[in-house]
Amino acid sequence: MSRLAVRKTYKLFIGGAFPRSESGRSYPVTSPKGDFLANASRASRKDARDAVVAARKAFPGWSGATAYNRGQILYRVAEMLEGRRAQFAEELGTGRKAALEAVDASVDRLVWYAGWSDKIASVRGTANPVAGPYFNLSSPEPTGVVAVVAPADPLLGLISVVAPVIVTGNTCVVIASEPSPLAAITLAEVLATSDLPGGVVNVLTGRQEELAPWLAAHMDVNGLDLTGVKDTDLALRCEQSAAENLKRVLRPASPDWAADPGLTRMTRFLETKTVWHPQGT
Amino acid sequence: MAMFKDAPAFEYAPAPESRDIVDLSPSYGLFIDGEFVDGSAASFKTVNPATEEKLADIAGASSDDVDRAVQAARKAFGGWSALPGSERAKYLFRVARLIQERARELAVLETLDNGKPIRESRDVDLPLVAAHFFYYAGWADKLGHAGFGADPRPLGVAGQVIPWNFPLLMLAWKIAPALACGNTVVLKPAETTPLTALLFAEICVQAGLPPGVVNIVTGAGETGAALVAHPDVNKVAFTGSTEVGRLIARTVAGTDKKLTLELGGKAANIVFEDAAIDQAVEGIVNGIFFNQGHVCCAGSRLLVQESIQDELLTALKRRLGTLRLGDPLDKNTDIGAINSAEQLAKIRALSEIGEQEGAERWSPACELPGKGYWFPPTLFTGVALSHRIAREEIFGPVLSVLTFRTPAEAVEKANNTPYGLSAGIWTEKGSRILWMADRLRAGVVWANTFNRFDPASPFGGYKESGYGREGGLLGLEAYLDV
Repeated sequence: MSRLAVRKTYKLFIGGAFPRSESGRSYPVTSPKGDFLANASRASRKDARDAVVAARKAFPGWSGATAYNRGQILYRVAEMLEGRRAQFAEELGTGRKAALEAVDASVDRLVWYAGWSDKIASVRGTANPVAGPYFNLSSPEPTGVVAVVAPADPLLGLISVVAPVIVTGNTCVVIASEPSPLAAITLAEVLATSDLPGGVVNVLTGRQEELAPWLAAHMDVNGLDLTGVKDTDLALRCEQSAAENLKRVLRPASPDWAADPGLTRMTRFLETKTVWHPQGT
Repeated sequence: MAMFKDAPAFEYAPAPESRDIVDLSPSYGLFIDGEFVDGSAASFKTVNPATEEKLADIAGASSDDVDRAVQAARKAFGGWSALPGSERAKYLFRVARLIQERARELAVLETLDNGKPIRESRDVDLPLVAAHFFYYAGWADKLGHAGFGADPRPLGVAGQVIPWNFPLLMLAWKIAPALACGNTVVLKPAETTPLTALLFAEICVQAGLPPGVVNIVTGAGETGAALVAHPDVNKVAFTGSTEVGRLIARTVAGTDKKLTLELGGKAANIVFEDAAIDQAVEGIVNGIFFNQGHVCCAGSRLLVQESIQDELLTALKRRLGTLRLGDPLDKNTDIGAINSAEQLAKIRALSEIGEQEGAERWSPACELPGKGYWFPPTLFTGVALSHRIAREEIFGPVLSVLTFRTPAEAVEKANNTPYGLSAGIWTEKGSRILWMADRLRAGVVWANTFNRFDPASPFGGYKESGYGREGGLLGLEAYLDV
């Protein structure tokens, strides 16, 4: 007799915990062939606000951690992800070879970003020779809480938008890909076991159209990454809402996730701080 | 555990770290092309400087052995440099993780071979070693972002010669950036401290590093000279004395070898009257007695503002009375053993010269262990700039105290040395720190701290302290064809 498998309940990831949506709602997720896979939580406006609170709460600790420490933790995420290679490959449901390639590329991307933690300031900071007896130094600092609408690519795309936001010290609220959110929740399990402080990454599953506008208008969100928004009207509305508290916005795009990511995804959510100090005896 | 007799400290029970974690072989070979092989020069022994017991016999590398190592590195260079940076990065991350995993073993071994307190090897050396590999691992796939052009190329085979004061840390400073940039290396550890480098070779094997990417040749000065002079070496990196640095620069002259030198120092640690005195005292102690003063950037000249000289020296002497000298493996030990009989003789000779030249010598009452190489923490007052103890690098726990009246005089005295590696400034006034820092001819300036190191921070000297930087983005330049 074959054994009946125990299925996983896919919930949200907020503040390091895995709650169901406070709304009690869910939505069915199917494989590319249309088979039922699981019910994902359908997050509400309240869940989104809870996630922002959690992200804000995590910000001082995470942005105040040493860059070395943040790099070590991102590298640890890569290690944990590598360990779940087979699970992800199965969950991606895209055919084994392509899925394994996607997982490998995701691990490598995490490693790439892990290394940036203590290097971005060397590349983006400057010593400024002002015309006077002053020490003058500019260095990058994280923007704060960033809301991220993840692209359809369920793992590589997701990691490619989350890692650059957090490696520099931001915290984030991510809306997972609506049709394929399962990898995002499994990734949350990886994050939860990688020494990443709770609240640094918060994952919502549900309707993009329902959640994105609230985050775009949220006054305690400092940055907005609209990469995953395909609906140009929704993207425009979100960007207009973001103007209210002058969120830093990354416009929707269709990036090639296999290409060198460059620095833009990090620098868009960095501020530059310049310190002046007089010199004299 | 020897105690300073006038120290108002508690009696401490011995708290030795176990050496069982280290599995020493009776003898060690050279590490060439991924394997341990015999050396063809005479082998030599490495001893525990705290007890003079022999730790192991070490193979001596002849110039033929060095040639074999360079050939192995050359053979490995093609494949290693052709790897995508992201793959080299992952090898280096593995190495960093293996070092973290074996940190205690490496720390105990370092203390056995070098004589430094376990507290330092465990809490300073090893964390920095792992961090250095972790940092440069991250650069391997980002070289195009470092400001040296879109696709900067490695140099080839790097010949690296390192000193005995921070054996594994100096190895990390040399090997991590070299490998990240795509070079292969032949490294010669110091004759008196080869053991952690040989354990590192084992870590390279555990990491699955391709054979020949890292080669370790042990030996004395001739081995290093053969490596530096080898015609198929593209890059020479040396940390050690200015005297040997000059010889190397002369050897390399007229060749296309890229050269970086991290040499001696005679750093001024400058304390102003408005400094937080207790904090300054800790900084002075850390500046010169850390690692028994075997530190090229040690704050070996204390420049104290005349108005607080008495107060500062009283506080400093009281503090020196509480330092605990003895078994380096004891977790309460502050001052360990001098690394070798030769170095001890040099420290003794220069200290005697200090007395002969008229400076006043002081040490806390201090019982030295009967066996091993030991020197008590020592300070000289009444030192003039012309004294040899104010000009020459002693490389031991000996502090020369000079005074100044004005900031300008402090700058003048601090810069009055052929060296220019580091300097320290102690004052509560930020503008003065920056004014001083602007005028000090030194590669690293610490303000209200001393002897801080980080892989993200470039390190290296002005003037006869050498050239090139190790650490940080600028540390890549030494290993790139730019």
